Amino acid sequence: MYETELAIVGAGPAGLSAAIEARKAGVEVLLIDENSRPGGQLFKQIHKFFGSRDHKAGIRGMNIASTLLEESEELGIETWLKGEVCGIEEGRNLWVVRDRKCSELVKAKKIILATGATENAVAFKGWELPGVMGAGAAQTMINVNRVLPGKKVVMLGSGNVGVIVAYQLLQAGAEVVAILEAAPKLGGYGVHTAKVARAGVPLYVSHTIKTAFGKDHVEAVEIVELDSSFKQIPGTERILEVDTVCLATGLTPLTELAWLAGCKFNYVHALGGHLPIHDDKMRSTQPDIFLAGDISGIEEASTAMEEGRLAGINVATELGYISEEEARARSNEIWDSLNSLRSGYFGERRRTSKDSMLQKGKEVIKWNH
Amino acid sequence: MNRIVNHPILEEGKQGKEVQIFVDDKPITAMEGEMIAAALIANGIHINRYTAHEHKPRGIYCAIGRCTDCIMTVNDVPNIRTCVTKVEEGMRITTQKGMGVWSEEER
Amino acid sequence: MESLKTTGAPSLKELHNSPGFPTEEDIHKGPIAIIECIEEIPCNPCEASCPQGAIKIGKQITNLPKMDFEKCIACGMCIAACPGLAIYIKDYNYSENMVLLSFPYEYYPLPEVGTRVEAVTRHGKYVCEAKVIRVRNPKSNDRTAIITIEYPKEYFEEVVNIKRITVS
Repeated sequence: MYETELAIVGAGPAGLSAAIEARKAGVEVLLIDENSRPGGQLFKQIHKFFGSRDHKAGIRGMNIASTLLEESEELGIETWLKGEVCGIEEGRNLWVVRDRKCSELVKAKKIILATGATENAVAFKGWELPGVMGAGAAQTMINVNRVLPGKKVVMLGSGNVGVIVAYQLLQAGAEVVAILEAAPKLGGYGVHTAKVARAGVPLYVSHTIKTAFGKDHVEAVEIVELDSSFKQIPGTERILEVDTVCLATGLTPLTELAWLAGCKFNYVHALGGHLPIHDDKMRSTQPDIFLAGDISGIEEASTAMEEGRLAGINVATELGYISEEEARARSNEIWDSLNSLRSGYFGERRRTSKDSMLQKGKEVIKWNH
Repeated sequence: MNRIVNHPILEEGKQGKEVQIFVDDKPITAMEGEMIAAALIANGIHINRYTAHEHKPRGIYCAIGRCTDCIMTVNDVPNIRTCVTKVEEGMRITTQKGMGVWSEEER
Repeated sequence: MESLKTTGAPSLKELHNSPGFPTEEDIHKGPIAIIECIEEIPCNPCEASCPQGAIKIGKQITNLPKMDFEKCIACGMCIAACPGLAIYIKDYNYSENMVLLSFPYEYYPLPEVGTRVEAVTRHGKYVCEAKVIRVRNPKSNDRTAIITIEYPKEYFEEVVNIKRITVS
């Protein structure tokens, strides 16, 4: 058995930021991640980040990851890699399988769940063929593992993940045959779509994949145009010769541990589905469980880091390491930053959704007031 | 080879130590410390297993250890997620059929 | 029909309506930085990168970058600072028949100085031949190289980049 004040599940941008804030305040922290290296999905983000220059904008995601790792090492944060958290008991005890070999019970006073998200699938005929993969999977292969999963790629989905991974596939030496978007408008930032457009990649709105063909591996796809109600228009089918299909059709929060812990949930479409209810301190409906990052709503690494800091500060406050007053001042600052990241054409819907979630949290989480 | 050596953003591909692994008894060269699935792709192998009922091929899908599409039998242990398991010198990897077969020793 | 949200690249009309894009008058004054950032995204590194204070975003980081072409001296500091690779420099008065374009480039290999490359539009369509004048990739750019090409004046507006050089 291992005892600690704070156990954090997930060492991605949210978990690392939470660990750093809490440890800096003096909290005893245990950071657990199932992978053999911390950093979550940040190391495959090789592009320069957007955001405010005060908060790491203009720096490549992978370099932000390195900085976070250095900071956490300097602070001597206890980190368990290859630690798979398989259960939560009594709201604060974690069952961890370490190195795929032995079980260990972790008793913590507080827990922060920063488990991240997983990619959504989309089913068309042939989607299970080798060569069809998540856009994030292709990104992991090219940027982390340094291998090219295919040479001629079609990307399904034009959100930021789709267009960024398409660009990075070009950088890795692949050809991107097309980017398809089912909606009548492209989803990602215009500066991202413009990058791949001027590289000669055609972007087709109101299009999807009907079928992927191939014997043992993708050899081609049949694409089709969609009408305004997303119905396939017969006669508009076309064949694209590709060896890889990347699916960039959104993410779903990894909420299993929150369900196990008995957290109450709310369905928020704009933030990725069923989400544990939380308040503006990132506290769930379980008094000792806090949340940060994609588990509390699918957003970007920049917001995940801010939420992580928020959770870390609030846990440290409850454990008596930070005064209420200081916590309030620092939280307000972080909320200003979060609100500005959630503004404009792309952020507004996330902000209003988050606001309604916080409102829900305020109603449900009573011990907070 | 499908390795990305030169890249505009990433550091030059490290000339790490090579290890030999066996895929269906055929030796291939992998880089020390890399994931099995990456070594397979580098060597042009895209099928990791065949499904239990319809015997359909499956390859990598999520690459972060969540979907289990890339599971293979590694050193006689079936259902190993190859995208999150590192290669080791002399590793014996088998394209898995269905649920796989446990060796007497591992059973 | 909007071009940016249907084809991926902005049209000249969309650009001319944005505060980072120059008028004809601005263009004739000399080399200037041009910003093709027409959506409200949370991003502001360009503002701080400008030593002249020519780029303004303000406190609300989703504001569109506004360029003061009177202040811009075309130093190029903003090119690699922009995470969206949406800023480049054009010089209409470079020579009698030729114009100059400096743009961000993040592909391997980099073009070589003196070689001929294919200049392309915002949709990657071939426009004309161009000559590589300079290739800069200082450490401070963090691997966003800046390529300078010259090409015929008649294509001033439509050229924004070059075709990727593929390794044979």
